Amino acid sequence: MSRIRQTLAGRGKHKLLVPFLTVGYPDFDTSIDLVRTAIDSGADIVELGMPFSDPMADGPQIQYSSQIALANGTDMKKVLQAVEQIRAGSGVPIVLMGYFNPVWARGVEAFAAASHRAGADGFIIPDLPVEEAADFLLCLKDLDLSAIFLVAPTSSPERVQLVDSACTDFVYAVTVAGVTGAARKFSSSTDAYLKGLSRSLSRPFVAGFGVSSPESAVRLCRHADGVVIGSALISAFRQAKNRREGLKSVRCLLSDIRKALP
Amino acid sequence: MVAKKKTVPDVRGRFGPYGGRYVPETVIYALEELTEAYRFCRRDKEFRAELNNYLSNYVGRPTPLYFAERFTEHLGGPQIYFKREDLTHTGAHKINNTVGQILLAKRMGKKRIIAETGAGQHGLATATVAAHFGLPCVIYMGAEDIERQAPNVEKMQLLGAEVVSVKSGSRTLKDATSEAMRDWVTNIASTFYIIGSVVGPHPYPMIVRDFQSVIGKETKKQCRRLWGGLPDVMVACVGGGSNAIGVFVDFLKDTSVRLIGVEAAGHGLRSGKHAATLLRGKPGVLHGAFSYLIFDSDGQVILPHSISAGLDYPGVGPEHSLLHDTGRVEYAAATDKEALSTFKLVSRLEGIIPAMETSHALAYLVKHRRKFCKADRIVVCLSGRGDKDMPIIRKMSEQSG
Ligand SMILES: Cc1ncc(COP(=O)(O)O)c(C=O)c1O
Repeated sequence: MSRIRQTLAGRGKHKLLVPFLTVGYPDFDTSIDLVRTAIDSGADIVELGMPFSDPMADGPQIQYSSQIALANGTDMKKVLQAVEQIRAGSGVPIVLMGYFNPVWARGVEAFAAASHRAGADGFIIPDLPVEEAADFLLCLKDLDLSAIFLVAPTSSPERVQLVDSACTDFVYAVTVAGVTGAARKFSSSTDAYLKGLSRSLSRPFVAGFGVSSPESAVRLCRHADGVVIGSALISAFRQAKNRREGLKSVRCLLSDIRKALP
Repeated sequence: MVAKKKTVPDVRGRFGPYGGRYVPETVIYALEELTEAYRFCRRDKEFRAELNNYLSNYVGRPTPLYFAERFTEHLGGPQIYFKREDLTHTGAHKINNTVGQILLAKRMGKKRIIAETGAGQHGLATATVAAHFGLPCVIYMGAEDIERQAPNVEKMQLLGAEVVSVKSGSRTLKDATSEAMRDWVTNIASTFYIIGSVVGPHPYPMIVRDFQSVIGKETKKQCRRLWGGLPDVMVACVGGGSNAIGVFVDFLKDTSVRLIGVEAAGHGLRSGKHAATLLRGKPGVLHGAFSYLIFDSDGQVILPHSISAGLDYPGVGPEHSLLHDTGRVEYAAATDKEALSTFKLVSRLEGIIPAMETSHALAYLVKHRRKFCKADRIVVCLSGRGDKDMPIIRKMSEQSG
């Protein structure tokens, strides 16, 4: 059984904590340390950001981390190297998240195969909706890699069904219409939307975009099976005085959320 | 008038392999809503009457097809005609599209308008129609473009638009477009995104083409009236490709007509500093569509360069990618230097200051004049006027002492 399916099958009432970190931010080695810290702080699945020059679905924090990563030479080879290094010390599922062009440029089939060899478990490509993903899906299926698509508050009931059936293991629910970003106040309409998803989706789903605190995580997890937290981690690291303090901030934020969640 | 049956794009928004919808899930619903609204409006008599009324009485159509006698004499070869889009309200072809899209926005009940702009011509044309309909309007523009196209920034602000300076990445059109898309994702229900060229996710490349096709339709009639036939050659500059598609699309089936699109060669095609997407790029995905794109072996988009803000873009419309592959349209390029000297030349010869973008199309003719016969009739899409380019001219003459 795949690592992702094992994690999902064994979760019981446990809610999934899914940190997102950009490979190469603030530098290659520190980004690996950040991921290890996240795993030690209770991550159930990690999302590794593959930096792209034009991240159109991302807010300022993830844009910034991508820029820094590209500037220090983080390419797709380095991304795979990061997967290998993390995999060497941990069995936590690793999902690669990024835009389609870098994957396309390396060759969809070749890159999927290389990711699999490095120890990755799945992909989230926000600018590749189900309709455009047929070829990519075939490659992932051959390798038993997970395909994770997004649903949004604007998705019609038909599209929610389409995404549900295209996802192999779990679904990623975008909490609000918008880009990734810092702290959001979730409203009762977010609750209603997630509640609706918990009824209409056949698969587990994690909620992401704008999760910044234990309170927001707990709120989303009333209906979702887990939360994704990204921009808030980058922001926590950025605000710290130095690297050591930065790692500590990330560890504390994730541990606090982990403790607050069932 | 018989509506021409269009074979591309297909229902998935594909021009051959190009196009599609490479966008975040949040946006899909808005694209479907727009597709539906447009499908209805394009056949709706009332919508078409309203659009035509705006095109005649607000935009100032039809625009003249003008015989450029002194430019023709100077070239000593083919006969050159200018399709005078510079004479439209706001001074470029861009308004043909913004008038159409804002009428769609109004029909769809949208309350807020956003747009990206490079040269500022699309931003100006958007700010203009937004003012006319009393809708709040935000224009995203790269910080570098705000500097080199300053006159347009002041006009947009005068018209009541908020101009947001985009400082990320290349600080030009590419990043202005990314920023506009981020705004759209965030305000998707209330906001209509007026895209300025035949780029972006389906249905934009189709909608913008259809609204710009008025250029070519008029040209065809005017050629018939002037000499009773078709032109031999048509030339247009290609940034995203909207003025080029607009003037070409009605002639695609007339295979005797040579169609030439001119991209920006910047410092030269081998310099690495250019915006010649079709000549030097390869198929990839940016801003919602699969099309030719300039990117490195790792898939990262390479910062383009052109003296002209409107051509300074690493992508191109998906229909151009198809026309490039099929060979129906030939693509060439002109350098910064060639465009700049042609800008000055045409100003002096014709008393018409062409936009720096347009000057690339004109520069192609200067360079290749000997390849044509004296009897050839060539129509150039004079996509816009060049008063917006005075800061560039000033800077260049300062640099050359
Ligand atoms: C006068 C003029 N011509 C051409 C262009 C290039 O756009 P397109 O290729 O879509 O016509 C611009 C864009 O700003 C422009 O202002």
